[in-house]
Amino acid sequence: MSTTPAMTTPVATAPAATAPAAPKAVKTNHIGLGILDYRGGKSTLCAGCGHNAVSERITEAFFEMGIQPERVMKMSGIGCSSKSPAYFMSRSFSFNGVHGRMPSVATGALLANKTMRSIGLSGDGDTASIGMGQFIHLLRRNVPMIYIVEDNGVYGLTKGQFSATADLGARLKNGVVNELPAIDICALAIQIGATFVGRSFSGDKKQLAAMLKAAIAHQGTVLLDVISPCVTFNDHEGSTKSYKYMQEHDDAVGEVGLVPHFEDLTVDYDHDTTTDVELHDGSHLRLRKIHEDYTPTNKVLALKMLMESHAKGEVLTGVFYVDTQKTDFTSLLNMVDEPLATLSEDRVRPSRAVLAEIMQEHL
Amino acid sequence: MITSDLEVQGQPASDLASGVHRTVNDFSIQIATVNGSGSQSANAVLLRSIFHMGVPVSGKNLFPSNIAGLPTWFTIRVSKHGWIARKSDTNILISMNPERAQEDVLALAPGAVVIFDEPLKLDELRSDLAFYSVPFDRITAATGAEPKLRKLVRNMVYVGVAAQLLSIDMKRLEATVRKQFAKKVKAAELNLSAVRAGYEYAATTLTKQDPYVVEPMKATDGKILIDGNSAAALGALFAGVTVVAWYPITPSTSVIEDLIDYMKQYRVEKDGKATFAAVQAEDELAAIGMVLGAGWAGARAMTATSGPGISLMAEFAGLGYYVEIPGVIFNVQRTGPSTGLPTRTSQADLSFIAGLSHGDTRHVMLLPASVKECFEMGIAAFDLAEQLQTPVFVLSDLDLGMNDWMSEPFEYPEKPINRGKVLNAQQLEELGGFARYKDVDGDGIGYRTLPGTDHPAAAYFTRGSGHNEKALYSERPADYENNMLRLARKFETAKTLVPKPILEGTGTQKTGIIAFGTSHWAVIEGRDQLERESGLATDYLRIRAFPFTQEVADFVAAHERIYVVEQNRDAQMLNLLKTNLDPADAVKLHSVLHFNGLPIDAQSVTNAIAAAEGAR
Repeated sequence: MSTTPAMTTPVATAPAATAPAAPKAVKTNHIGLGILDYRGGKSTLCAGCGHNAVSERITEAFFEMGIQPERVMKMSGIGCSSKSPAYFMSRSFSFNGVHGRMPSVATGALLANKTMRSIGLSGDGDTASIGMGQFIHLLRRNVPMIYIVEDNGVYGLTKGQFSATADLGARLKNGVVNELPAIDICALAIQIGATFVGRSFSGDKKQLAAMLKAAIAHQGTVLLDVISPCVTFNDHEGSTKSYKYMQEHDDAVGEVGLVPHFEDLTVDYDHDTTTDVELHDGSHLRLRKIHEDYTPTNKVLALKMLMESHAKGEVLTGVFYVDTQKTDFTSLLNMVDEPLATLSEDRVRPSRAVLAEIMQEHL
Repeated sequence: MITSDLEVQGQPASDLASGVHRTVNDFSIQIATVNGSGSQSANAVLLRSIFHMGVPVSGKNLFPSNIAGLPTWFTIRVSKHGWIARKSDTNILISMNPERAQEDVLALAPGAVVIFDEPLKLDELRSDLAFYSVPFDRITAATGAEPKLRKLVRNMVYVGVAAQLLSIDMKRLEATVRKQFAKKVKAAELNLSAVRAGYEYAATTLTKQDPYVVEPMKATDGKILIDGNSAAALGALFAGVTVVAWYPITPSTSVIEDLIDYMKQYRVEKDGKATFAAVQAEDELAAIGMVLGAGWAGARAMTATSGPGISLMAEFAGLGYYVEIPGVIFNVQRTGPSTGLPTRTSQADLSFIAGLSHGDTRHVMLLPASVKECFEMGIAAFDLAEQLQTPVFVLSDLDLGMNDWMSEPFEYPEKPINRGKVLNAQQLEELGGFARYKDVDGDGIGYRTLPGTDHPAAAYFTRGSGHNEKALYSERPADYENNMLRLARKFETAKTLVPKPILEGTGTQKTGIIAFGTSHWAVIEGRDQLERESGLATDYLRIRAFPFTQEVADFVAAHERIYVVEQNRDAQMLNLLKTNLDPADAVKLHSVLHFNGLPIDAQSVTNAIAAAEGAR
């Protein structure tokens, strides 16, 4: 399989008759592709759905990081969120599986071809209820992929039941109050073994974009819990996953910045307030403190911060935890460099002599 | 293979030498022990010693679902005729389990032999059996084995006693023990001393009072002895499996454990890197999910499980069928449910798997009857899965998977690996694109691309929900119907690719027998009994795959009455045949069923068919 990154792409230019000035050069990324090479199909989600904004940020992040779309696998389970891979990067390979089981399919696909990048789109129901078992084991294995939970606290396709991330006391449109505590996906991910954990808000363009680009640069399980309001079933007064609630309670632990590996590290930073983390592809993640006790490389402090903010009713966002040292799952398995999927017959079928030897042992 | 200087030609028969009736090479031994007492190596020594004397033999472990403490039996059948099905009656009982000793002895037919532990005083129970009392503790202690090893060594003592009584040469035993413990010299010596002690005790103290003896033959020359799970593992190894995901479950566990052992030995390259990935999943749902993910991305992926695991895999199995992804699932069948008899055999997952999952689903099943077929179908399953772009199930069972079977050595696959219809970047460039689910060749099988294929037209969206030929989301009735009809055509194509059934007999008899899997061994012996004892000649068709090929319909059409022999209660094969045959022919089918958890024996087949046919 060729690994040539560059690919010539037809460039859409405006018709001459309607362009009085010289045609504006279409912006291309460092592998020569334009943003249109990353577009997906037309969304069939509700107008204003947070998921559409997430799809846009993903499109931009992969474009800006210069990732060839053919090198990406888009994985999903079932739900509104799991439909969204159809709405970005149509030139990437996509697998919409069964409810709550995207982690196993994604893991298998990466075993077959560890040279691919993988991004999974899931929801709070798909992840924290039916899919909890597989989700936890994906985190535990540190499977190298970006796992995004588009988190709105309700089931959309079945018309508005609470999910397991709905906050205690949150109220549905029909007045039903949630009497069970929310599962904090981020706290869980930090504890179980994900190596890049953060939360964002679909409405925070800048923060989400920076986190997605950093996620692309990381090798290991990236868990991003993106609060992504459901305009149809959970955007009313009494919801803790509404646009309004997020605008009032979004509490960023720090500012997220990314200097991609292909750009110069010219901008200096304040070493007292900013943690610089060199990610696997050579990009630099720069996390500037807002919260006093923000230490993104310390699991215990990260968990403490999450629990305290939850008690206060605030929604903590930002990159909570990064670990660049832990070996990811496909590396742990010590496979050959090439994808297992395309190994030639002579490398996967032992010789005639091997069978003869084994038969001899059983005589 | 050890050859004997005592070998004689042909098949030795009973004689009356020395005035004593002798039964040569035709009897069964049952060894009753307590689970966890380490009797497995001892039983293997006895079995292999007879095998190395050139005498056809089969061993079956009838064990409990338990780590230690419950009763367990190992049966060895010695048959000069080469019959290797389970024999329902026991000729020689080696009774080492105090708890079940009396019950076992009372169940024996008159004339049987009992080798027992002296303190059990079993000889007081009956007067119509031949008893050999052996002071196992005293003999074991005399070997000088450390107290903590005595429990294990004690088993080797009964091997020595039984071998001496059966006229098995001590040199033979020694060679077998040394081969079995080739990597543990100290253990070999310790075990040998125990075998010798038992042997010498029998030679000096016991007087032969039964007819059973083993005499060398040449019927196992060049043959191997192997269990079906190892054989299946070898099949997968030589199929070039690259991704293995599994969850431990009896009786399938050793398929994967053996495979991993083989792969560590033969599939690690010079730089220490593996050409495989093996992952113990969190459950069977994840195992099959990983298999489908890997199959989608181009790996040869597999899992192995048993009934309860198949139950969990149902949703993914349906997805695999609809999104058309290759994968191989070995199902080593056992009785159900999860807390049923997990260590007993059955053939009762057939109907379930045939249509496993939601909607209109049909799965390809391969049905091995022998260890050799476990190997061959283990390879064929991967080719079929990729050719047909669908999950393929291989249905073995506990009897086949976990017991040692004699076999011709396995043959190296001559056909190159078949990866099915996969388009690369260059082909896409020439074609100008592709439609994933378009029936270009008329066989119902579309062309696929693998993730990473370096062409802007390579990607497609894999989804279980309604899709059109281009894999685009569609809820149009015509798109759904067209897709379903194409999948049905693909299943027709499968009929031309799966292993054909095997006919035994002239094909001209009025009475036919149909069987599959391990029922085969009881059927072939049963046919012999029917012909010899009742003069009833039969034809026999062994089905090796689903969907059924034309030969199955032809066989049913050509016979007046057909007995379908299977190891389940609900006549699953018969019912599958009914729904796939001409209704006029379906009335010809009659059932012979066996479902008590033990492997089917010939007498059960013979009796049922003889009674139904009014034969004597």
